[in-house]
Amino acid sequence: MLLGPSLALSAVLFGIGVIGVLVRRNAIVIFMCVELMLNAVNLSFVALSQYHGVGGRVMVFFVMTVAAAEAAVGLAIMIAVFRHLESVDLKNINLLHG
Amino acid sequence: MTDFLSSLGYAQWIIPVLLLVPVAGILPILLAPAAQAKRIALVVSTVVFVVSLGLWWAFDATSGNFQFAATLPWMPFWGIYYRVGIDGISLFMVLLSTAMMPLAVLGSWHYITKAERGYYALLLAMTSGMVGVFVALDLFLFYFFWELILIPMYFIIGVWGGPNRLYATIKFFLYTMFGSLLMLVAILLMVWQTAHTTGIVSFDYAFLLEHAGELGSAAPWYFAAFALAFAIKVPMVPFHTWLPDAHTEAPTAGSVLLAAVLLKMGTYGFLRFAVPLFPDVAMSPPVTALFISLAVIGIIHGALVAMVQPDVKRLVAYSSVSHMGFAMLGIWAATVQSVQGALMVMIGHGLATGALFFLVGMLYERRHSRMFADFGGLARVIPLFSLMLTITALASIGLPGLSGFVGEFLVLLGSFENHPWATGIATTGVVFAAAYMLWAVQRIIYNPLVQPENKALAGHDLNLREVLVVLPLIFGMIWLGLYPKPVLRRMEAAATRFVEFSIPRAVTVQTADGSETEGAK
Amino acid sequence: MLLTLAGPAAQALEAVPRWLVLHPHWVWLTVALPLAGFLINGKLAIAASGPVPLLPPKLAQRITEMVRRYQHGIVTVVGTGVLLAAFVVSLMLFLGFQFLDTQSAYVLRLWSWIPVGRFQVDMALQVDQLSLVMLLVVTGVGSLIHLFSVGYMREDPGYARYFAYLNLFIAFMLVLVLGSSFLVMFIGWEGVGLCSYLLIGFWFEDKANSDAGKKAFLVNRIGDVGFMIAMFMIWTTVGSLDFSTVLRELPAAVPVGGALITAITMFLFLGATGKSAQIPLYVWLPDAMAGPTPVSALIHAATMVTAGVYLVARTGVLFAMAPISSTIVAGVGVVTALFAASMALRQYDIKKVLAYSTISQLGYMFLGVGTGAFAAGIFHLITHAFFKALLFLGAGSVIHAMHHAYHEVHSSEDAQDMRNMGGLRKAMPWTTVLMWIAALAIAGMPLSGFFSKDEILAYAFGRGHDNPVFYLYYVLGIVTALMTAFYMARLMAMTFHGKSRTGADAEPYLHEAPWIMTGPLVVLGILTVFGGMINLPTWAGGHHWLQSWLLPITATAEMYLRPELPHGTTEYVLIGLALTAALVGLVAGYRLTVGQTIVPARDAPEERGFWKVLYHKYYVDELYDAVIVRPLILFSQRFLWKGVDTRVVDGVFVNGSAGISRFLGQIGSRFQTGQLGFYVLLFVLGALWILRAMVGGG
Repeated sequence: MLLGPSLALSAVLFGIGVIGVLVRRNAIVIFMCVELMLNAVNLSFVALSQYHGVGGRVMVFFVMTVAAAEAAVGLAIMIAVFRHLESVDLKNINLLHG
Repeated sequence: MTDFLSSLGYAQWIIPVLLLVPVAGILPILLAPAAQAKRIALVVSTVVFVVSLGLWWAFDATSGNFQFAATLPWMPFWGIYYRVGIDGISLFMVLLSTAMMPLAVLGSWHYITKAERGYYALLLAMTSGMVGVFVALDLFLFYFFWELILIPMYFIIGVWGGPNRLYATIKFFLYTMFGSLLMLVAILLMVWQTAHTTGIVSFDYAFLLEHAGELGSAAPWYFAAFALAFAIKVPMVPFHTWLPDAHTEAPTAGSVLLAAVLLKMGTYGFLRFAVPLFPDVAMSPPVTALFISLAVIGIIHGALVAMVQPDVKRLVAYSSVSHMGFAMLGIWAATVQSVQGALMVMIGHGLATGALFFLVGMLYERRHSRMFADFGGLARVIPLFSLMLTITALASIGLPGLSGFVGEFLVLLGSFENHPWATGIATTGVVFAAAYMLWAVQRIIYNPLVQPENKALAGHDLNLREVLVVLPLIFGMIWLGLYPKPVLRRMEAAATRFVEFSIPRAVTVQTADGSETEGAK
Repeated sequence: MLLTLAGPAAQALEAVPRWLVLHPHWVWLTVALPLAGFLINGKLAIAASGPVPLLPPKLAQRITEMVRRYQHGIVTVVGTGVLLAAFVVSLMLFLGFQFLDTQSAYVLRLWSWIPVGRFQVDMALQVDQLSLVMLLVVTGVGSLIHLFSVGYMREDPGYARYFAYLNLFIAFMLVLVLGSSFLVMFIGWEGVGLCSYLLIGFWFEDKANSDAGKKAFLVNRIGDVGFMIAMFMIWTTVGSLDFSTVLRELPAAVPVGGALITAITMFLFLGATGKSAQIPLYVWLPDAMAGPTPVSALIHAATMVTAGVYLVARTGVLFAMAPISSTIVAGVGVVTALFAASMALRQYDIKKVLAYSTISQLGYMFLGVGTGAFAAGIFHLITHAFFKALLFLGAGSVIHAMHHAYHEVHSSEDAQDMRNMGGLRKAMPWTTVLMWIAALAIAGMPLSGFFSKDEILAYAFGRGHDNPVFYLYYVLGIVTALMTAFYMARLMAMTFHGKSRTGADAEPYLHEAPWIMTGPLVVLGILTVFGGMINLPTWAGGHHWLQSWLLPITATAEMYLRPELPHGTTEYVLIGLALTAALVGLVAGYRLTVGQTIVPARDAPEERGFWKVLYHKYYVDELYDAVIVRPLILFSQRFLWKGVDTRVVDGVFVNGSAGISRFLGQIGSRFQTGQLGFYVLLFVLGALWILRAMVGGG
């Protein structure tokens, strides 16, 4: 596998994720963008592992596990928030306002 | 007794047992039904106390060194070890802590009605913490226990306290936290600096004591940080205003432990760390003058302000400020008499003020008031209570033959030679002490019995449980007042060691260093 | 020891059967007996007033009932029994001391009390000539007063408590006189103060009484500060607080008349002024009359208040070495004597008159010990114990009778006000005669009080030879004697003579006290008449027995200070002068009082002119209140508490630092919009910044 294109793809995916998190208001979409960022990182891990040993590939599994846990917890929170506010729009969720 | 204890290997297991059994007792409390919590706590704390009594016999009074000592690695890479030991200074603090605990449980019996499990679990956690503070010989371990106490106390005041408890508990927490964080910084820097010069990273008290003379120009800052933490805890004027609030809002047992044990952590800190580690700073004339003046101001200020308090608990709290001033005076006068006197003041204050808070609590349970204006003439209706209050008050104001006197007198006697004026002023404190305490007693148990609520107290004198709470303390006051010799004998070696340590070491250190040949003296 | 006794006495001593003799190491019994009495009576007092908490309820109930039924008897037997036993033991000890080989003090070391480094104090009792005399006075007069109390307090609900306190007082008083070091003495010193506090406020439900008790304790504590500082100085100088060591080594360690010895003695004297009610700390004693009358007799006349005199006599060497101090002691004594006597002139409360009289007589004693006539001071202490106890107990009988009479007719008149008395001699012949004996003795007729007072004045006159200010003291002393005679005659006339002002309905109920009360009075009367014999001067055919007996104690002091008694004509002139003053005072006092019409208290007009100043005791209490007490409380409340603690420490520092953190927090909270997007933006910007720093750095 070519390192350059792989990292470039990873960077593009990550950028899309970041921009998505920044510009979208819908919590579900933001959530998916975070997943996208995680998988972008996974891609670079895999790509780099061929030069730096097996550690990168092991790391991917960790990230996937964390992503799964995050999905579970995050979606649960989302449902709770939706039940409470009948919306998942972040404009309405500002309880941390100081 | 000594042989019997050594056949049990007492010296090897006693400190771990004192540290672990109370914590272990939390588990059954959390598992058992809430109504059983106090019984379990009572059993556990009584067991701990009885076991700790062995220290009295197992302790070798002729030695000023640490006994029952043990070292186990905890975080060896950072030089942090479980290092413990007991000397004549900590012996009585440990015994005071373990002795107060069963009484505190008994005293809370009906007072605490909500969330009993949590309350008694916290009390037991505190026992471990208090013993830990007094036995730790590793600065990190010491800091660990020092902070550990704060949390249970925070909750005890904050959850089971009076109406204004949130203000009091936050004030208490922030005040003490402020001091102790600076102390943490000082500990870390000191260890780092010592590691830099010696190449060994260690929080070991003995090691740091040995190398404390090499700290050079940083020593005054370290001392200041330590002293601030301890001065807040004592509390010395002007860091004392958390005490009346915390005392007033805390539940009975909280006030008792606060007065009897927690304040002693401050004076103990001076005796164990602040002064011996930095004698050149601590015993330099300006610092001595500062602390002696603060101590004397504390004695007089505490007594005078106590005199005008409308609330019994606030009065006792301010009287603590006054009494701890005597202890501070004794420490800074640094003669064998004054230091032993300071220790006696600490013990005597623990007994008398502890008993006073218990008695006020018992009164509160009956009348739901702590205001002097609500009392009067109680001697007619509850004579046993009145008798005990009178004895305790007299012990508190230092009537000869009771515990308060021995300490106060020794402090003043030992301080007089080097600080005659300060001692003279401090001596007038006994007049003010008599003034606030007798006035308080008068307004509670004497004067006309007019209010119907007070008349209704007839027949509700102290019950067996309450007598069992106060009587041991009164016994202690009389015993220490008439025959303090066994106690004094056990603390003499350690006090002498403290006095030797508190002589500025500038001479020896500087010649060892080789850089300077002229000493301070 | 037999040396001190004349030949026949020595032979008589040989004839004493050995079983009557107790070795001084039994001295602990004298303290232990009243202490045991205290514990038993105290237990009964508590048990009677409520359930016994340490026993099963049924048993407790039985015990309570039994205690209630027999309590009175047990208390009487225990309370007075221990005292009588202690008195017998004291007598046997007194005999036993004669059989000792040496004249020096016998010290019984009980246990090591406070040993710290080179500070060593033993719980030890010292038997010597001085403490034996005091022991006999305390237990002897104490026993009589205990017996009197049986009658006086019979109907009081706090009977057991009363005897418990009284026994405790005797125990502490004996510790005071027997203590072998300053510190052990200090136990007794503060202990008697405590008992005084408890007994003055015995009827605590009246606020005035508990106020008086508190005042007594506090004023005493001011003196105690002096005592403590003196102890610190002594210890710093000689490293011991034992009387024997201090009195032996201190004279060698400090220069005679130096600043240190003067300071030590002045601080000791401050302690003495507190306990013995001298200027400026006398104010508590008149208020102390709030206690039951036998208490006034025992504590505030015969024993406790003389502790200061005892202290000065005990440490006589030190005072003898400090001429300035001893002159001040004598001066304060005689001025107090005059001052208090003048206030007694215009009091109407019978006990108040006696209280000021006590202060005045204590002043005489200080004049004596200040002059260096330690034996004379102690002599007056003893005779005063007799006649003043008699006066107080007599007054007690009167009050008892008045109180009963008023009680019978449900009157709320003041039973202690002399304006309500008059003509009592018909109802109370015994009391009248006995009180007259005491009155004559204190006024200076040749009964016991005359000899002791005269000796003090004579010595003061004698020291005037070296220090002329003592001539002035002598003159003041004579003037005081005149006043003393006057107010005593006034008291007797108002109480027992003239027309009855009790009120017609109450008068028939007046009666003599029961025998348990008059009995002790008779014994005291005999002592008052013959008490002077113990130190009869040579001109009256005596041998100064007490003076020679106390010689081992006073001898060292006499090396530094030895006032001479005037001899020959001067002596007789002085005696004549004293007798004249007494006679003039007595006659004038009696004539003026009987002659005038006295209005009963309720109709009495306001006092006028200087009488008003005297009646209000020169407004000293008001002065102290305005200058010391009130400002101190205001200072504590307004400045220290509300000002320093609440405003400055809490307001500025604590809440101030909280305010600063709140301010900073508010600035920080601006960034806390609650909008997730904003947080992420910050996060990304931060990440980019770090990235740039890393790339740039790498």
